[in-house]
Amino acid sequence: MSRPALSDEILLTIDQPARYIGGELNMVEKDPASADIRFAMCFPDVYEIGMSHLGIQILYDMFNRREDVYCERVYSPWPDLHKIMKEQHIPLFALESQQPVKNFDFLGITIQYEMCYTNILQILDLSQIPLHAEERGEDMPIVIGGGPCTYNPEPIAEFFDLFYIGEGEISYDALFALYKRCKRDGVKREDFLRRAAQIPGIYVPSMYEVTYGSDGCLKSFTPKYEDIPAKVEKQLVMDMDDAPYPSKPLVPFIKATQDRVVLEVQRGCIRGCRFCQAGMIYRPTREKNVEQLKKYAYEMLKSTGHEEISLSSLSTSDYSQLEELVNFLIDNFHDKGVNISLPSLRIDAFSLDVMGKVQDIKKSSLTFAPEAGSQRMRDVINKGLTKDIILEGAGQAFEGGWQKVKLYFMLGLPTETTEDMQAIAELANDIAVRYYEIPKEKRNGKCQITISTSFFVPKPFTPLQWATMCTADEYLGKAKVVNEAVKNQLNRKSIRYNWHEADVTVLEGVFARGDRRVAAAIERAYEKGALFDAWSEYFDNERWLEAFAETGVDISFYTLRPRELDELFPWDFIDAGVTKEFLQREWKRACDGVVTPNCRMNCSGCGARRYGGGVCFEGQN
Amino acid sequence: MKVRIKFSKSGNMKFIGHLDTMRYFQKAMRRADIDIAYSTGFSPHQIMSFAAPLGVGITSEGEYLDIEVNSTDSTEKSVAALNDAMVKGFSVLDYRRLPDNAKTAMSIVTCADYTLTYREGYEIDRSLEELREAVHAFYEVPEKIEIVKQTKKSEKIIDLKQLVYDFKVLEVEGKPAFYLKVSTGSTDNIKPELVLEHFYKYLGLDLNDFTFRTHRHDVYTGNATEGFYSLNDMGEIIR
Repeated sequence: MSRPALSDEILLTIDQPARYIGGELNMVEKDPASADIRFAMCFPDVYEIGMSHLGIQILYDMFNRREDVYCERVYSPWPDLHKIMKEQHIPLFALESQQPVKNFDFLGITIQYEMCYTNILQILDLSQIPLHAEERGEDMPIVIGGGPCTYNPEPIAEFFDLFYIGEGEISYDALFALYKRCKRDGVKREDFLRRAAQIPGIYVPSMYEVTYGSDGCLKSFTPKYEDIPAKVEKQLVMDMDDAPYPSKPLVPFIKATQDRVVLEVQRGCIRGCRFCQAGMIYRPTREKNVEQLKKYAYEMLKSTGHEEISLSSLSTSDYSQLEELVNFLIDNFHDKGVNISLPSLRIDAFSLDVMGKVQDIKKSSLTFAPEAGSQRMRDVINKGLTKDIILEGAGQAFEGGWQKVKLYFMLGLPTETTEDMQAIAELANDIAVRYYEIPKEKRNGKCQITISTSFFVPKPFTPLQWATMCTADEYLGKAKVVNEAVKNQLNRKSIRYNWHEADVTVLEGVFARGDRRVAAAIERAYEKGALFDAWSEYFDNERWLEAFAETGVDISFYTLRPRELDELFPWDFIDAGVTKEFLQREWKRACDGVVTPNCRMNCSGCGARRYGGGVCFEGQN
Repeated sequence: MKVRIKFSKSGNMKFIGHLDTMRYFQKAMRRADIDIAYSTGFSPHQIMSFAAPLGVGITSEGEYLDIEVNSTDSTEKSVAALNDAMVKGFSVLDYRRLPDNAKTAMSIVTCADYTLTYREGYEIDRSLEELREAVHAFYEVPEKIEIVKQTKKSEKIIDLKQLVYDFKVLEVEGKPAFYLKVSTGSTDNIKPELVLEHFYKYLGLDLNDFTFRTHRHDVYTGNATEGFYSLNDMGEIIR
């Protein structure tokens, strides 16, 4: 047990001291001095969120299998501790050894959502590492970013020495080998970075020159040296059977968001929804072997003692061996008090049957994500769900005893009309009508339909990356249209409506499609106290607006400006697998409201076939 | 079958609160393959209850939890299996069968004893002898030690003399420390720090929240007239 970096006086004063002491079940303990490479793995949000992230558990396990690497964890100190650490100049430390992060070789930060950007600056600041990569001396850790937001890393590029683009399982060995060689030979930081930039998937922002045209748009993005690649290729696991997976995941003492075994059944999604970044960047869809999943399920339940196991993927219903796997889990674990949770499952006869076995029907609710209210709008976003499918699924569920339904939609999609927004309320009403078709004596009181809408944020490497956004006021106007429409429905008393905040959406939009110039606003916002922006109780829009104004960064340039089909995007230097030609084709089809079949029905030539595996080659052995 | 488990909590685990300790043991039961009984119903939970919640910041070598099992291995094997499932800072010390009609530990707890040692930098400027005399004058001489205790809703006057069963000065590593045996349970729960707070007041000193490190030795049932006995003594070893 390491002596805590924080004193008793501090730990007994702050909220949830268990966030900062480490020592959890299945934590890896090594002698820090025996490792050639010390890696601090960071999720820049509070411990309970960060500990729930599967990606870090995979990399933590994979890195620590190497004798020469000691990978430790670090999360964002909550504002109560943040204040104390700033006042007392306590350097941020890793949980395992409780030693300062600034003495590590690497600080790896996973970047899962845009609203954590100020938390990244907090991590660097508290670690006493200069915020800007160019100001870091030879003895400072190499700061590396990974995760979905790195598919446009430009707004935070100046804070990182390098980014890893793609799935972490592939190129770290090469990076570590290079690092060890360079450390042994006393190679300078700058030279190490230049060599690292030649490893597939590694992007070193400082090795590229960026220029802008008189219209403010990106004009050129070019490597500074001949040996630096013009394109950075995303890395992808193609051998899903031999890929490492943690059989002994960490189990926190305090209740994490994800307090269960997470079993990843596949990567990628065949559906091709045009708003969904994950559905594009994880192409091609790759399934895991069902026998191996059974083994993992057994091992992980045994090593953690968790009372719940959850199947994870972007669209679990599309996993071809789902029935076999679910039946195995029920047969082997359900009577031992293990709950089986199945998120992102399509509502049909099979899933209702399974849910009936593993859940309390009276308490649980059905979830549908039609994403848009009208069929026309759903065709624009290529969401295959039709009204008939929804009513059929809801009908079966109601007959089976369910009475709660949750519906998720997006507002602000391209080509959206008032009728499309009103259709959201109408769809909810139709579901209620279906419920009240059941004879009174057979149903269980009223049904409860909850509509939630978020505002659409166009993301890089999606067909909708050309879409324009709206102002915060326009977004709220859209929510008002839906709210009014709900009030006009016959079954309004069975329908509840919630909508998301609009201010955050606008900022997400700036960060998602921003360029290097946006960094100044992020840094200024942090200086002004922005932190934990993903938490509504800490988000302060005024502070952000001031930060943008003071740094001369124009929000509307990134959100409201129409983008030309051939515009050079800040993220175009990344080869994400899907080609720009495919995305352009899909964008045009979206504008015309033409649907594209899923990967199993028909290949649409997105470009991911060149990886040589997954769904692109199914049934072709 | 009812089983009482005794465990210790040391080092950094003192920062793990009571509810999280419960969750920790629920998962540990599964890892150790203890054949624990579940409640019936749609969301079954393990039949488990703790004797006396330990506050955050306090270490202990005498914590108890009662469980119900369908079947069990011997004390020796069960203790070993549970210890294989522990993290550093938690140790299972005993595992004993209770009579079928035994009441839960929680409902019979009456007292617990503690040692409070000085945290570095908070030491008192009095000799051992001076402190012994002061404790004698504060605790042993008077017939009543009435204090005002703040509760969540109101305040009430209580007599520490009735609720503190032992109070003495110890010498630990050459420095003074205090031993306290105090009333514990759902009624008349006395924190050892409360007694020292009033002792400090008597000395004309202010007690800081961090002056002492508190360590619990054991938890007891019984009463002051007939005697207290450890919760561990109520079960029998399973062979």
